[in-house]
This record gives sequence, structure tokens and C-alpha cells, in this order.
Amino acid sequence: MEIKKKLLMPSKETRQDRLGKGISYLSIGFIILLVTLILYFIISKGLSTFTTNNINILDFLTKQDWSPSSIGKDGKPEVGALPMIVTSFGVTIFSALLATPFAIAIGIYMSVIAPKRGRKFLQIIIEMLVGIPSVVYGFLGLTIIVPIVRNIFGGTGFGILSATLVLFVMVLPTITSLTVDSLNAVPKYLSDASLALGATRWQTIYKVILRSATPGILTAIIFGMARAFGEALAVQMVIGNATLMPKSLLTPSSTLTSQLTTGIGNTVMGTLGNNALWSLALVLLLMSLVFNIIVKMIGKRGNLK
Amino acid sequence: MLNLKKFIAIISVFIISGALLTACGSSSSKTKITVVGSTALQPLVEETANEYQEGNNNVSITVQGGGSGTGLSQLQSKAVTIGNSDVFAENQNGIDAKKMIDHKVAVVGMAPVLNKSIGVKNLSMSQLRAIFTGEIQNWKQVGGKNQKIEVINRVKGSGTRATFEDNVLKGKSAIKSQEQDSNGTVKRIVASTPGAISYLAFSFIDKTLQPVSIDNIQPNDKNVEDNSWKIWSYEHMYTNKDINKETKKFLEYVQSKNVQNSLVKKLGYISIHNMKVTKDDKNKIIE
Repeated sequence: MEIKKKLLMPSKETRQDRLGKGISYLSIGFIILLVTLILYFIISKGLSTFTTNNINILDFLTKQDWSPSSIGKDGKPEVGALPMIVTSFGVTIFSALLATPFAIAIGIYMSVIAPKRGRKFLQIIIEMLVGIPSVVYGFLGLTIIVPIVRNIFGGTGFGILSATLVLFVMVLPTITSLTVDSLNAVPKYLSDASLALGATRWQTIYKVILRSATPGILTAIIFGMARAFGEALAVQMVIGNATLMPKSLLTPSSTLTSQLTTGIGNTVMGTLGNNALWSLALVLLLMSLVFNIIVKMIGKRGNLK
Repeated sequence: MLNLKKFIAIISVFIISGALLTACGSSSSKTKITVVGSTALQPLVEETANEYQEGNNNVSITVQGGGSGTGLSQLQSKAVTIGNSDVFAENQNGIDAKKMIDHKVAVVGMAPVLNKSIGVKNLSMSQLRAIFTGEIQNWKQVGGKNQKIEVINRVKGSGTRATFEDNVLKGKSAIKSQEQDSNGTVKRIVASTPGAISYLAFSFIDKTLQPVSIDNIQPNDKNVEDNSWKIWSYEHMYTNKDINKETKKFLEYVQSKNVQNSLVKKLGYISIHNMKVTKDDKNKIIE
């Protein structure tokens, strides 16, 4: 009887297994619920500008006057988000363009050229750069980069150029560490074969290693861009926050995030001023979704080879 | 390997201690007062709350910033006890002021501030208006050096900006320009940007900036008290109508002579008891 009972009862290991599974499922369910709620909240709030306040969605995306909490010259509130959208894309693309060559150079050095000590040293620096809070970057930008830009290029120093320079430092570690990963993932037999065929080291790096790591590097760049697009505090401190169409890299302008963070405390839930800010948040959300999809697509194409 | 029993033991300790802690919190029957809103008023409320709690163990007061709009809308949805605001609730979009009680706890004076290199110390009200509406764009036109004017505004909806525009712009709209959302940042930017003009609460003005007299009247507390300096506003602490006894006592404490003469002055606000005039929500002066 004893033995039969023992054999029919679930063993200790089975119970552990069940408990572990249960905890995992519970946590996953919670996270899924959370994400759904966030999506629902932002989408419903963001759309209410167009559904309850009857703002034309095309006006929102193409007009240039932004003053949703007060009434404009034509008797309607001004809800044109184009300057913010353009500025957000501007700083994102410029900072990625600026950071990528540096990231690839550091990546090649770290994965192919550097001796062990140099690699470790750079690793520490990159991890340090990641750990610095963005308000510190913003403050450094405000006190160092803005005056330098003003003295060299003129203007007030606030604008897309300063924001690009601050974001350059912020996205560099992101792009670099992912680039290093993808360079390290290149199978050693590829470079060995290349060297054995008589290619120089530079030819091997340029024609073999970089080629086969390209999808990974592209992913790294997109991740960096996503970070730049979503950064609020540091950009807010150096961009100037003027809701004007940027005429050059040196005029004050405003990104989606900086407009959101400066405006949200001064508006009341449910009013147009508040809803319009949620619409900006919705644009941000959709864009980060696009960035994620691009990353997935690049990943798939990379796997086919 | 961490065995299962240990794991469960740790988890249960956490849960039990959590339950005990919350039980303790509620059993001691402290009245909770949550104050949210205006960052301009936050330092005063924080310090007063600390002082008040020393003598009154039966209340616990939490003070948070977040902006006047947040304060009022949180109060309206009954999420907080007190909503701090730099503007009259009547003037805040989407707020039903009739359901609230206004407790004025301090007065704040504001002055235009310039970058020191400009060399202008006095402006007329109409010159100031022309600068902020963009009609005057060079300091040469008002007696300064040949330098482009850089207007630095506060963000739309901020109490400081509303006060400034009510008193200076008289219904005209400001030129589109840089906007900053904190006093500290404005101060730093004006101090370092050639040709910059903005406005700040008196308590933020120091020797790195050049405050401007308007029509030869100096921006100081005395001139605010008799309204010869026009740019000032109340700091409000709003409550709902069904206010409890402890909250009422705290608000009375903030308005008491004791606090008004010590903390209010120390932190750069002006006491409500010293005001010789009152202002209503339409910016009308009552002598």
C-alpha cells in the first residue's frame, strides 16, 4: 500500500515543477495585462483628441501652430504637431548618423584589434556611459555644449545641434555594445578562411566580418534611434522648447517628448490641452512600435543567410 | 541550490511583515493629508508640514509637486486632500471652482530679468509688452546695446506665465519662443545667454541676473504689498468643500501669523497679512 501510494502521488520534483510553472505563468500574465492596459490607456486617451474634441487628424499631423489649451486666431484651438514630429525625427536621425561611425570603429577595435586589456577598459567606459542618468547629460549639455555651440555657430545655442550632440553621447554606448555583440557573433572560421586565402587583416574586417555582421549592426542602430526618439529630460534641457518649425540646426525647437514633459503638469485631465499631449504620446508609442518591427524584420532577413 | 522550503520561507516572511506594517499604519489612526501641485509653492508647504508634524503626531502629511493643473485635477477627482495652485481655479480649464474652497497662503512677486550684459535696468510697461509680443527685437531700441533680444518664456499653462501675461500683455499673445518649465533652468539660461530676457519669482532672483524696474518702480516686497508693483499672484491651497478637521487645522497653521512671519518670509514669499490690496480671479484689484 505504502509503495503504491508513493508511486501514485506526485513526487517532490513534480510539485516543484508545477509551482515554478505556476509562478512563471502568473508573472507573464501580469506583464501581458500591464502592457495591454498601457496600450489601451494611451490609445484611448490619444484618440480622444480626434473623437471627443473633433480635431482633424490631418491638421494634427500637418499644421505648425501648437497651443491646444488656448484659443487661436480663427477661434479654434491650435493643435498642429508637425514641428515636434519633425524635430523628434531630426535629432534622432542626426544623432544616429553621428554615433554610428564611432560605434562601428569602437566595435571593430574591441572585437578584432584590441588586446584583452584594451577591450576591458573600453567595456568599463561604455558601461559607465550607460549608467549615467539622463538628467546629468542634460545638465552637462546645458552648461557645456550650449555655450560652445553658441560661441562657434552663433544663435542662442539651443536647438537641434545641441540636442544631437547630447544624444550622440547617450546613444553611443547602446549602438556600440550591440555592435560588439554582433561582431563577436561572426563565426571565427569565416575570418580564418579569409586570412588563409591571403587577405590582409583590413580586407578581412571590411569584406568579411563587417559584411556578415551587417544585420546586427543595423539592429544596433535602430535600437539607438529608439532610445534617442524616446529621450525626454536631457533633450528638453538643451533644445529650447519653442514650438516652432526648425529653420536650421541652431534655432530653438521642441521634440514630442520635451513638449509632453513640460506640458503635462499644467493641464487638467480630460481637457483638450491634456488630450492633445496624449496624442503626442500616441505618436511616440506608434513610432517605438515601428522601430521594433524594423528590428524584427532585419533579424529575419539576417537569419536567412 | 536554494531549496524550495527556504524560498517559501523568505516569501512568507516578506508577505507577513508587509501585512504587519500596513496593519501598524492603520491601527495608529493617523489622519493622512496629501498635498499635490504647484512646484512654486512646494518648498513652503514642505517646510511648514515638517514643522507642523513635529507638534502634531496624529497627522501625516505628504507633499508632492507636479504642477498647478495636476494639483487641481487631482483634487477634483478627490485623489488628494489639498491641491496647490498658482492660478485661480476659476481660470484653469476643465476645473469646477464652485466645488472648491480657496485658501490663499502666500503672495509671490515676479519681475522681468535680463542677462547682465545688456545694460538695461528700467523699461516702461509698453516697452516690456512690445518685447514679449515681438515688436521690439533689439536691445538698441530700448537703450541697451546692439544685441538681438532672446525671449525665454515659461511653458503654456504655468502659473508664473499666466500671472505675467495677465499683467503685462493685456490680452495680446506672446511671441513664439523658447519655453522652459522650471525656475532654476530659466535662471541659468538667462544668466548665460547674451540678450536673454525672462521673468522669475522674486525668490529666484540673485546677483547673476539683472532685475528690471518697470516705469521706475523697483520690484520688491514693499511695492507688491501696496500694488505699485503689479506683477504678483497668490499661492492657493485648494480643498474640496467637505474638508475634515485636521486639514482645516493644518491650513490655519499655514495662514497663522507665526508661519507667515517666519517661513513665508524666509523662503522668499510675501505674507498675505501684509497685503494692502486684494485681487480677484479676473485680476481686478480691490483696495
